[in-house]
Amino acid sequence: MLERNLARRAPTVSPLVSESSVTVTPLDPQGRLAFRIKPAALAGRGTIDGFDLSGAINSRTSSEEGATMRTALRLGPDEWMLITAADEVDERCEAISAALTGVAHSLVDVSHRDVSFSVEGPGADSVVNSGCPIDLSMRAFPAGSATRTILGKAEIVLQRRAADSFTVTTWRSFAPYVQGFLVEATRG
Amino acid sequence: MSQPFRRPSGGRIDRSRPLAVTFNGKQLEGFAGDTVASMLIASGQHLAGRSFKYHRPRGILSHGSDEPSALLSVDWRADRGAGYRDPNNRASVVEARDGLVVNTQNHWPSLETDVGAVNDLLSPIFVAGFYYKTFMWPRKFWDRVYEPVIRKAAGLGEAPEVRDADRYSNRHAHCDVLIVGAGPAGLAAALAASADGEKRVILADEGFEPGGALLNDVTSEIDGKPAMAWVAETVATLDARENVVILPRTTAFGYYNHNHVCMVERVSDHRADAPEGLARERLWQVRAGEVVLAAGSHERPLVFENNDRPGIMLAESVRAFVNRWAVLPGNELVVVTSSASAYRTALDAKAAGMRVSIVDIRLDADCGTELSLARDGGITVRTGHTVIKALGGKRVTGLVVAPISANGSIGEKTTLACDCVAMSGGWTPSVHLFSQSRGKLRFDVELDAFVPGTSAQAERSAGACRGVYDLSAVIADGAKAGGGSSTPQATVSFAGFQPVRVLPTDADATKIKAFIDFQNDVTAKDIKLAVREGFESIEHVKRYTTTGMATDQGKTSNMNALGLVAGILDRPLPAVGTTTFRPPYTPVTFGALIGPARDELFDPVRRTPIDPWAEKNGAVFEPVALWRRAKYFPQAGEDMHAAVARETKAVRTTVGIFDASTLGKIEVIGPDAAEFMNRIYTNAWLKLKTGGCRYGLMLREDGFVYDDGVVARLAEDRFHVTTTTGGAPRVMRHMEDYLQTEWPDLDVFLTSITEQWAVIALQGPNARKVLEPFVSEIDLAEDAFPHMTVKTGYVCGVPCRLFRVSFTGELGFEVNVPADYGEAVWKTLYEKGQKHGITPYGTEAMHVLRAEMGFIVVGQETDGTVTADDLGLSGLVSKVKTDFVGKRSLTRPDMVAEGRRQLVGLLTKNPDEVLDEGAQVVDDPGQPIPMKMIGHVTSSYASSNCGRSIAMAMIDGGRTRIGETVFVTTPAGFTEAVISNAVFYDVKGETVDA
Amino acid sequence: MLLIDCPYCGKRPEVEFHCGGEAHIARPEMPTAVEDADWGSFLYYRTNPKGLHAERWLHGHGCGRWFNALRDTVSDAFVATYEMGKPRPDRDEATASSPSNA
Ligand SMILES: [Zn+2]
Repeated sequence: MLERNLARRAPTVSPLVSESSVTVTPLDPQGRLAFRIKPAALAGRGTIDGFDLSGAINSRTSSEEGATMRTALRLGPDEWMLITAADEVDERCEAISAALTGVAHSLVDVSHRDVSFSVEGPGADSVVNSGCPIDLSMRAFPAGSATRTILGKAEIVLQRRAADSFTVTTWRSFAPYVQGFLVEATRG
Repeated sequence: MSQPFRRPSGGRIDRSRPLAVTFNGKQLEGFAGDTVASMLIASGQHLAGRSFKYHRPRGILSHGSDEPSALLSVDWRADRGAGYRDPNNRASVVEARDGLVVNTQNHWPSLETDVGAVNDLLSPIFVAGFYYKTFMWPRKFWDRVYEPVIRKAAGLGEAPEVRDADRYSNRHAHCDVLIVGAGPAGLAAALAASADGEKRVILADEGFEPGGALLNDVTSEIDGKPAMAWVAETVATLDARENVVILPRTTAFGYYNHNHVCMVERVSDHRADAPEGLARERLWQVRAGEVVLAAGSHERPLVFENNDRPGIMLAESVRAFVNRWAVLPGNELVVVTSSASAYRTALDAKAAGMRVSIVDIRLDADCGTELSLARDGGITVRTGHTVIKALGGKRVTGLVVAPISANGSIGEKTTLACDCVAMSGGWTPSVHLFSQSRGKLRFDVELDAFVPGTSAQAERSAGACRGVYDLSAVIADGAKAGGGSSTPQATVSFAGFQPVRVLPTDADATKIKAFIDFQNDVTAKDIKLAVREGFESIEHVKRYTTTGMATDQGKTSNMNALGLVAGILDRPLPAVGTTTFRPPYTPVTFGALIGPARDELFDPVRRTPIDPWAEKNGAVFEPVALWRRAKYFPQAGEDMHAAVARETKAVRTTVGIFDASTLGKIEVIGPDAAEFMNRIYTNAWLKLKTGGCRYGLMLREDGFVYDDGVVARLAEDRFHVTTTTGGAPRVMRHMEDYLQTEWPDLDVFLTSITEQWAVIALQGPNARKVLEPFVSEIDLAEDAFPHMTVKTGYVCGVPCRLFRVSFTGELGFEVNVPADYGEAVWKTLYEKGQKHGITPYGTEAMHVLRAEMGFIVVGQETDGTVTADDLGLSGLVSKVKTDFVGKRSLTRPDMVAEGRRQLVGLLTKNPDEVLDEGAQVVDDPGQPIPMKMIGHVTSSYASSNCGRSIAMAMIDGGRTRIGETVFVTTPAGFTEAVISNAVFYDVKGETVDA
Repeated sequence: MLLIDCPYCGKRPEVEFHCGGEAHIARPEMPTAVEDADWGSFLYYRTNPKGLHAERWLHGHGCGRWFNALRDTVSDAFVATYEMGKPRPDRDEATASSPSNA
């Protein structure tokens, strides 16, 4: 029998190179939990297991909890993506489930489903806008925004960390396309 | 070619930067700032192409994007090899630079000597509606005679012969105000709109230099400064504002819903130094809060015999060439006009050294101050005159003109020798984009033009594109449209014209060619004929004569055509209708529309976690929805048939391994999850125990089969649902729809987990033996882990959802592991399974194996009109449940009618013959055509396990006809087959239900 | 491309949405109690009006929510968008412009 943790193999092989001011970098695996609950069932809980659920729809909240950053993307009225360290998924699941005992909700580990890229550098917004049709001005999509949207012919979840810094997340089989699309777009 | 017609000084060209372009194999010289058109004129070359239908010699009519005639094939990067040439570039907007290779079109063997010009002599047969009339009969002539001839003669230019080697990019953008056009109105609008630094402003102009008509203007002043100084100041101010994006060389070509405007920016065609890889063009998809259209206007040609001779140009264009490009379009100029503006051309041309006279259709009394200015300037003006015809062939050599008397009769003719004619029949506002925006046009009698009436979107038009022509008024109008105000003092423009459709002549109107539409070769005679034949709506006249239907969308011709039709019918012009303008405003390259969506970026190609292994091991792939799946794994020398025979045999005799990762997977969670499943699927779910699996059938509300798949109950409140590969997104949508809209009271949540899990199917009598050594915390024994159950545990040390299921009829497991581990687990099972002869198999073998068992595939056996009973699956439809999606429809009369198409097997008389999927089935191949079709083949394979071909088919009343003989279409005719049960293979040994 | 005002996300481009046809056609409480003809109407018959039309939209590549919208089928103007379960807003037909588009 093999040891647990056979080599994980993410679908994107290596960073694609471009000479532009904007870099597209595959991110290391993260723990991701698809979390769904009717807002009323939260019954005023703003935070669960350190995840701040109080953000508006299409926003991103991040909080320091112990040594671990916990990020919650609110993607819809009853839907969050909870992001944590790759090796903490089981602990987080247990803690959240414990906190919501008897409350109707859904928590699904999708850490292997999604792949993320960081898009960074001056003009990163233009690179994303090469395939994403939403308004990415700082007024319409400020830092701290997060939404599900489209890039070319793929669905993505887009987070803005800062003016020139985005995270693009997509399902793993779309990752080579999304990566290729972004890198192509860095060429102007 | 030197530049004999270049003026010694002046113009908006950079004489310190000479350049050369190859034109029909010869060097053409010019300067930075030139267009190919201005270089041609500098060299004295006016002949620039042959016309579409009659192959008449054509010159340069215009200086802008409305040019209908001077269309060139341009190889933009001849030095980089093939793939950089495209046809039908307007010489007037091709920005000159070193290295361009341009060629004229539509002639053979040469521009000067064109055999096709015989069409001009044969023109009596090429009348309006020629195609409709001539090629109607006899019908069989169409394929063999007419079509090939038309094909050879038709078309404008030559399509590129190799794939486009350039890059194109795409950009979505948002702004508060988008301004189209950087002439005086657009600049003023941009200035006003951007004063508020919070407003994002985009100013786009199709030219390479802002200024619009002011670029041609050397006499007007604005607030005491030369007009171009005002332009320069304004552009500098806009440049300094961070909230403004100025896009030169950018054509707004489509105005769509909700202020979505598409524009194409020409990024690198003008750059000799463009680095390889720089995009050629960029498509801008702009969503604007407000749009200001400042698109200017188009000058109307005059219609007289031979008005298409090279050297005959629009008056404003002559002015543009003289002033902006410092080239003289000839030495001897006759200005023919019914419009005041052309006098400015005459005065400027005279100042530039041309010999000039004016022929004005208007009487003295109808003219303004321009008349005395011209006469005082020493220009002979013949007012109240008409042009009978132009002389010359490949270049105009003279004009025959004559006075028109008060009663309309033509007086004594005079021939004016000339090598250039500047004509103006007045102006037509460019309402194309306004019309595309669905704005309602209004006819303004004073302006003799359609102008923007009621806007349909957040849009305003300003300046000449809404019929405002005086410079001061244009700037004020632009500023107002931009949300500000301005009261400039500018030189008064020569404005006003007298509409004239066809110049009066005493020639036989049926014998002469006076062109209305230069690009499609439509003459006044053609329009008259169309009206005489009963076409009265302009939309019908357009289609019958093709006027205005060419790539220039009739920018120069529409008003003349409309006016002519109205005149003949003696109706007010708006009663004849106006054309509906559609995108694109000017032709757009396919490259710009496609952008990066080619090759790997054409469509996402979804690959499974196991795909790299399959590729390394020689899999042949097939596309399934967006996925690429391994179809079979040929060994040396095997074709598909042999590989599939080997793969299917291995599954039946030992064990096969199959990548099922693409199956759609949805995790359904919540206290009401079982109730939800009960309502969404046809069968019963409430009693399914945790750890149990069930095959579920899903209907649409109309009762037809929508999807199917195995569903596992992981916990009281948790289901793992699988769907077909292609059905995953729509099943998810279907489920969410019911949850959100019909049953919001249910506490159930859905999460797509298709890509969380890699799925490895092990199928065959030895499946358990292969799997056993790697499983922990799961007892694989038959009693502990029967068919149609699920367990969680570990495989190869990674978490696993293990399904005991089979789509082959053999003992089977589906190993679900987190996707990143998929390939490693697969490799381990494959390597350690060697001692059992484990064989990877692809989708083709999977299909054969399931067909041998009579298992359906949704989308193959079903087509959206098939019920569960049609498939013989009525056992899966609960009779007990009071409701589920689709239940009520199952009792509708047509759903229970006799004779519905039912799933059966078909066995060909010749066991080696494999039927075509989709082939039609008939009872009697001897019956007359059209035959009565009684069904069709849905699946068909060669089955090595059955030792013969097998097929599934949907046949009218099929289940009552087992054993009967039918006939199935083949490429050669018909073949005989016998209707059978749809289960073909008898599983031996430990089977799924052992 | 339409710009659609999702009740949860605000104005977003049409490509993120999926149209689900006419709104306010409730699934009968007990379908088996419905006559054939009425069930046929429920399945297949739609009003297809010229002018204001209440229709269902899914913000699938967004917040994932179904909602309803009043759209003018002539001008494509969205007059209102509202959450599922809410009644059709009372809007005057005349508020929707209707330029002809021959
Ligand atoms: Zn939304």
